[in-house]
Amino acid sequence: MENVLVKKDKQLSSGNGVEKPLQKRLEVLKTYKLYIGGKFPRTESGRYYLAENKKGEKLANMCLGSRKDFREAVVAARNAFGDWGSRSAFNRGQILYRIAEMLEGRKAQFIDEIIKQDNTLEEAKLEVDVAIDRLIYYAGWCDKFQQIYSAVNPVASSHFNFSSPEPTGVVSLIAPQNSSLIGMVSVIAPIIAGGNTCIVLPSFSKPLCAVTFAEVLNSSDLPGGVVNIITGKVKELLPYFSDHMDVNAIAYCEKNEEDKKLIQDKASLNMKRTQFYNTKNWLSDQGQSPYFIMDFQEIKTTWHPIENIGGTKGGY
Amino acid sequence: MAKRNNTLKLKFDNARKLAPAPESRSSATIDARYNLFIDGKFTPPASKKYFATTNPATDEKLSEVADANAADVDKAVKAARNAYNKYWKKMPGKERGKYIYRIARMVQERARELAVVETLDGGKPIRESRDFDVPTAANHFFYYAGWADKLPYAFPDRKPTPLGVAAQIIPWNFPLLMASWKIAPALATGNTVVLKPAETTPLTALLLAKIIQEADLPPGVVNIITGAGATGAAMVNHPDVNKIAFTGSTDVGKIIQRAIAGTGKKATLELGGKAANIIFDDAPIDQAVEGVVNGIFFNQGHVCCAGSRLYVQESVMKEVMRKLKDRLETLIVGDPMDKNTDIGAINSKQQYDQINKYIKIGLNEGAEMFQSSCSLPKKGLFIPPTVFTNVAQSSRITQEEIFGPVLTVQTFRTDDEVIEKANNSPYGLSSGVWTDKGSKIFNLTTKLRSGVVWANTFNKFDPTSPFGGYKESGYGREGGLHGLAPYVSLEKFEE
Amino acid sequence: MPQKMITIPDFSLSPRIDKTGIEERADRITKRSIKKETKVNGLKLVLNMIDLTTLEGKDTEGKVKQMCYKAAHLMDTYPELPTVAAVCVYPSMVAIAKKMVEGTGINVASVATAFPSGQSALKVKLADTRYAVSEGADEVDMVISRGKFLEGEYNFVFDEIAQVKEACGNARLKVILETGELITFDKVRRASDIAMYAGADFIKTSTGKIAPAATLPVTLVMLEAIRDFYYKTGKMIGMKPAGGISKSKLALHYLVMVNEILGEEWMNNHWFRFGASSLANDVLMQLMKEKTGVYQGKDYFAID
Repeated sequence: MENVLVKKDKQLSSGNGVEKPLQKRLEVLKTYKLYIGGKFPRTESGRYYLAENKKGEKLANMCLGSRKDFREAVVAARNAFGDWGSRSAFNRGQILYRIAEMLEGRKAQFIDEIIKQDNTLEEAKLEVDVAIDRLIYYAGWCDKFQQIYSAVNPVASSHFNFSSPEPTGVVSLIAPQNSSLIGMVSVIAPIIAGGNTCIVLPSFSKPLCAVTFAEVLNSSDLPGGVVNIITGKVKELLPYFSDHMDVNAIAYCEKNEEDKKLIQDKASLNMKRTQFYNTKNWLSDQGQSPYFIMDFQEIKTTWHPIENIGGTKGGY
Repeated sequence: MAKRNNTLKLKFDNARKLAPAPESRSSATIDARYNLFIDGKFTPPASKKYFATTNPATDEKLSEVADANAADVDKAVKAARNAYNKYWKKMPGKERGKYIYRIARMVQERARELAVVETLDGGKPIRESRDFDVPTAANHFFYYAGWADKLPYAFPDRKPTPLGVAAQIIPWNFPLLMASWKIAPALATGNTVVLKPAETTPLTALLLAKIIQEADLPPGVVNIITGAGATGAAMVNHPDVNKIAFTGSTDVGKIIQRAIAGTGKKATLELGGKAANIIFDDAPIDQAVEGVVNGIFFNQGHVCCAGSRLYVQESVMKEVMRKLKDRLETLIVGDPMDKNTDIGAINSKQQYDQINKYIKIGLNEGAEMFQSSCSLPKKGLFIPPTVFTNVAQSSRITQEEIFGPVLTVQTFRTDDEVIEKANNSPYGLSSGVWTDKGSKIFNLTTKLRSGVVWANTFNKFDPTSPFGGYKESGYGREGGLHGLAPYVSLEKFEE
Repeated sequence: MPQKMITIPDFSLSPRIDKTGIEERADRITKRSIKKETKVNGLKLVLNMIDLTTLEGKDTEGKVKQMCYKAAHLMDTYPELPTVAAVCVYPSMVAIAKKMVEGTGINVASVATAFPSGQSALKVKLADTRYAVSEGADEVDMVISRGKFLEGEYNFVFDEIAQVKEACGNARLKVILETGELITFDKVRRASDIAMYAGADFIKTSTGKIAPAATLPVTLVMLEAIRDFYYKTGKMIGMKPAGGISKSKLALHYLVMVNEILGEEWMNNHWFRFGASSLANDVLMQLMKEKTGVYQGKDYFAID
């Protein structure tokens, strides 16, 4: 077969200090699959594409996800939403922290993949470090943003009234295409920190980390279906990400104006909330804030009467 | 000797027979014709066309208002842009705030006049326009006036800046109140405004234009233009508009979202609803029934958050229905200008036909109908309070927004069942729950997917309280702290 | 015809009341605008529903006689005015009052049962009741034992009412809950239920000795209790708000409330009363204003 996939760069993957045996060992290659509902299926379409780096090195056979894969992912995300959205904020924070821990533990693999996808070692290290820190950042926000963005409203009538954020629901996400890991993590983290579930279309040209990240998620107590990852083409899948009637919001992180128009046009079918992120530099601190969480929250206002008993005056 | 209680019936015919108590029209003068309020002046429309606005309770013509075309819209947007650059953007927040306070005060001063005109033009009972619409509108201006110089406190770690020109399109059910909901936060955050009231109820917005003129607001900061759908479309499509705020039907909301797709315009959409109102068997039943009445018969049911789907736990269904019917018998339907009227005129012929269409659909679906035995005025558009039982989740009258005094009642058995049914709708604007048990309230208020949840109350509004929907009921909030966000852009301080 | 069996419910399960909801409904009642013939008819009905009351330690034969005269002669210069429904006095004054109102159709009501506190032994209360009835009282206004009620001794309160009812013989029994001491509407509702099931002919808000006395919201709670009782048993119960109702406009609000909660069968003095001492003159002033078109002064209306 033509596209025999050979690991060229050994400097990190075997850096354990153990003396290498002389005989040549055939390497076990990784199969990159989709991540739907906590499972790793191949695309139902049977289609693949070959991911290559700029040097023309063949990196992996990636699933070319289809609209039916997306459909399955929405079902998984919707099923997961009831549980995830109603978990305690504390618990979500714990799980996000756990994701960061798992990512830290597999740092080397991510650095390795990022380098393969045209970055330098320094860049790769930075990207993974920031991704880990970003998860920690949002882990901390899980049980705090509600306090910042809630309000007790001093209504004039005899009612207790408060407003607080609640997750929007199922979010479809076109992740930043220019990075393999940090862009995607920067958008997934605030979405799930706020209690939403999502279906992610990661970078088409730099897809390796997405699938490896799915493995991290899968080993980190995150319930299946909260994050679903489908590798594939933006142009092909964008219409389905935009018009599915059981998706509540869509985030898009590219600058293509035609795509934006298409998204908003199709999103109107069921009043999807649309968020466009023009930030290119997800590595900077601009790439994180509680406002990203709030982009996928609904404000719910609750009223209840107050029984003011005559004669019981406050104070002394 | 006791009568058999299954034949007992209280008699309320006399309760509805009160001597007429008409509100005086003398406090209001309505001009024969109204022009467009652009750049601080009342200007004849480029279209040279005018259309009539009538009193739906009597069919009498009240006045005629200008029909703004695309050229008029362009003129209004230019005025707003100019005012934004020249005055409003530069003005310190505390000065902006004082202008808004001034408007609030003047609305209060002219409350009676505004209430009378609101009722004449829209058909809502004078009791409601006097006690609810007008004071709440004034309070809304008061509330947001105070925000104008305090905006940074609302957005931690961000510097809020105005968006620019806001095009605001409002519906006919709460004409003045919706104008205040739109204008007050827009001005407080430093935006300028082009506002269009609904074509059937333009008069109070035009009175507000006069108030704004008298308040000496810099010309062009608020422009109020009249017209129908085409005028609204021209506003939405105008390239120099930065923000669309629309309250109205979900269908039109979707059209707007499509129209602005890819333009970068921001939108707040307050759309339709089909609110579930849920009564558990441990509820304070009499107050719950009153809440049901306020929920669906307030403003003839022309309320997007109306509690139009009633769910009653089976063990109290009989009691709730008996009390509901008794209460319906005491509601007075008739002349909106009479201070005793509970349910006024249906706003327009189109809406009247729409409601009757749904009543027919309900009957065809085999639902059981109860209507109050009240008599209706011979002239004008009136529909008695109507309740349908024997309906299912799959009945059209329980799924589609009727926007009239029509309630559907279903029973349920368990908490889980009713939560699932309540959420089983593309809408998510409001919901209600009635129970004496606190922990059950919090279970319900947490699980109901809607922007407002009224527990042991219904249809309450306050300037400090955010309002807006989930799902197809739209997005963005109006009112309260959260009502500021849709009108600002948030840049970080250090950039 | 066989009497319908009435099952005594568990009063700890009386319906709960949402106070804010009650107040909103009561407030809406006050938005009714009562004009022209509705107002005149309403005011006359108010006069006819009054229990003209004097319940003072310093009551004398002279005071009671003058009040009883007024009861039958509200304003002789105004044609076709009704009389009040009853005069309400202490037991010691019943015989005097009875003699004064003879032939007028006016009833004599007497407070009893160690009014106003009710802090006495049951046998004293029963003796008090029998004495009032033997002196000629047509109606007895008793007080419930609020202390026992607040202790949760509902059976005690129930039995006491039932025995006083028996002691009343043919006299109609009004049971005063003294809502100003029960504080919450939940308790008012529960006390109303106890009183009605124990045999009250009327339930009444207050003695007039404790503030707050009658209010529209508390009356609404009691009217809704009467309605529920009626639908459960078929038995009509009367309502008497007492204390603090001195203005015509407020009295008309009460009438609107009765009319909208219980309907027209309750719109007469057999089923609804006002316990009041100064209301009558304010109503007369309003009637005179309606008749003459001129605002009235107090000096033109006799005080008794």
